[in-house]
Amino acid sequence: MSLVIRKYCSIVNACINVDGKTAFSDPEQDGFKKFIRAAYRHFETDYPKFFKMDSLSKLGFLSVEVLLKGESISGKYPIEKTGIILTNGSSSLQVDEKHWDTIRNREQYFPSPSNFVYTLPNIMAGEAAIRHEFRGENTVLISEGFDAELIFNITDLAFKTGSLESCICGWVEQYEDNYESLLFLVEQSGHENMVEKSEEDVIFEPSTLLKIYKQEL
Amino acid sequence: MGRVVVTGMGIITAIGNNVAENFDSLISCKHGVGPISYLETSHKGEIPAAEIKLSNAELAARSGITEPDFYTRTTLFGLIAAQQAFDSGISRYDIKDNKRTALVSSTTVGGMDKTEKYYHDYLESDRYSRFVQTHNCSDSSMKICDHLGLRHTNITISTACSSSLNAIMFGARLIRHGLADRVIAGGTDALSKFTLNGFNTLMILDHEHCRPMDAGRKGLNLGEGAAYIVLESAEEASKHNKEILCELSGYANANDAYHQTASSPDGFGPYLAMKGALDMSGLKADQISYINAHGTGTDNNDLTEGLAIDKIFAPNIPPVSSTKPYTGHTLAAAGVVETIFSILAIKHQLLFPNLNFRQRIEEHNFEPIKNLQEAEINHVVTNSFGFGGNDSSLVLSKY
Amino acid sequence: MEELIKKLKVEIIEVLNLEEMEPGDIDSDAALFGEGLGLDSIDALELIVLLEKNYGIKIEDPKDGRKIFFSIRTMAEFITENQK
Repeated sequence: MSLVIRKYCSIVNACINVDGKTAFSDPEQDGFKKFIRAAYRHFETDYPKFFKMDSLSKLGFLSVEVLLKGESISGKYPIEKTGIILTNGSSSLQVDEKHWDTIRNREQYFPSPSNFVYTLPNIMAGEAAIRHEFRGENTVLISEGFDAELIFNITDLAFKTGSLESCICGWVEQYEDNYESLLFLVEQSGHENMVEKSEEDVIFEPSTLLKIYKQEL
Repeated sequence: MGRVVVTGMGIITAIGNNVAENFDSLISCKHGVGPISYLETSHKGEIPAAEIKLSNAELAARSGITEPDFYTRTTLFGLIAAQQAFDSGISRYDIKDNKRTALVSSTTVGGMDKTEKYYHDYLESDRYSRFVQTHNCSDSSMKICDHLGLRHTNITISTACSSSLNAIMFGARLIRHGLADRVIAGGTDALSKFTLNGFNTLMILDHEHCRPMDAGRKGLNLGEGAAYIVLESAEEASKHNKEILCELSGYANANDAYHQTASSPDGFGPYLAMKGALDMSGLKADQISYINAHGTGTDNNDLTEGLAIDKIFAPNIPPVSSTKPYTGHTLAAAGVVETIFSILAIKHQLLFPNLNFRQRIEEHNFEPIKNLQEAEINHVVTNSFGFGGNDSSLVLSKY
Repeated sequence: MEELIKKLKVEIIEVLNLEEMEPGDIDSDAALFGEGLGLDSIDALELIVLLEKNYGIKIEDPKDGRKIFFSIRTMAEFITENQK
């Protein structure tokens, strides 16, 4: 069995690339909030819950959304065999600070439940799972930066143990206006549900992940 | 695939500072929930919690730290529990070569306890600036590795309340695929104002002692603690003539894909996690002798977890209990704390009671265990379900 | 009452991040949860915070929210009855 990268999607510097080609770019370059909203509109995403998410989840959600545009993963694989494995550096720091600001002052003590909910980085994986009905394994790991070996090993192991038949994995990082994401859609070559193996298949291995990261981000 | 076994364990919770103390409390029904006394919060006296009855200075003294000021409470718990696991599963057998011993740890609050104390001082003076480095979730893992002299893989998982079961699961995979000879897996979380206030806004904190699996349940009690186990292959363990505490015969993680915090009405994610772990173990549902439930005491969790249990195990539902009334909900550490309780259940052939149970939940077809009982225990299922729909289950078997 | 209803609509759109809605889009008598605006349990908790923050009314049991937050009108009536 070998694993292939069916597709990849990066979001950085107000630009969204799919398989290395620009799918959307925002010339305004006016901070994360405006950018992510413009991107949401551009891809005609109809999902009002998007606006309730914290910034990290918005980035993760939209990255998955763009990555899966035109793909029918849930039709191809059992829903409990599709997983989401993400890595991230700052965790949910931005919304953590927001939550903290609402609890530190006794006179102005109005913590927001919807903020608190997002003070966990794995909520972004949950949001994507809800949207696409993925019931498979999901995890979020904290690493200092994009770690190709880590992403590869965790994902590879999940496939090897038979837990997964398809997986979205990668790096989603955001703190205020610093953000970058790079997600890979990984499938098994030779799997009955996978389309014919083709010349274009990119083998899923750490060196390839790193190469793509360096080109994209 | 090779068998993965547990050969060491360490734990610190509100009911004890090591495995023996935790066991004594479990069998004497001594719980650790009470008024908050260590955490500086205006909710003192109003919201109870299960704190570890040691100050940071006392914790540091126990772990041999000479600069206690610069260790977070989360890290201090982690050092103590990981050291115990290391001693019981590794140094006890005089194993000196730890080049291939990995650490897979987990936490949800990381160094929040220090950050919330010194956040506003950071900008004003350098006195506490070293804590900035201790905020992130991997700080405790790195310090544990340094403390134990580990230089192999070091991974930190953060998936809310199922974190440490996912750490154990990942550790087992490292063993199975030959990426490590031994893995110290577990998690640590200190009580913090951040989580206390957060859970309070979600209105799921019981202002009295929690009552999991009870019709009148009103929410959870937060706890704090850390626990770690040593995982290795059965061959590796027998090479060193180790006492095998149990076999990790199955594990699975699934996403409920329903809501950020609430379980789906029929507990489909919990069902998938338990089913996946059972399938992997090759056991039939009626071979399970005990279920250590996630059982937080919230309306939603206990109802849906029970429905999922019913779906898999009915009509022969094995004895079920939640041990959270003992330790409170220790968040990232909960999974491994309850894994150790499950191992103790197997080792001593004892079922631990679900404290405070009075009345069956109407929709449930079972009642949890009310008293300490002797029983033949061969296989245990333990559950941990987290926000984000992250659901995990393990099957632990007598070896 | 109508003034309060109008004010509530603006506040709810803001605190619940109902990005693509205008006050005029919300029917004062329609159900806020379930079929209506599609709000969920976290939104209900957020409305409890809103009542306390903007109107000084504290709700202790989240289950009480179901009746109070049935519609914008029931919410406005509750506020009128309970505001000191």
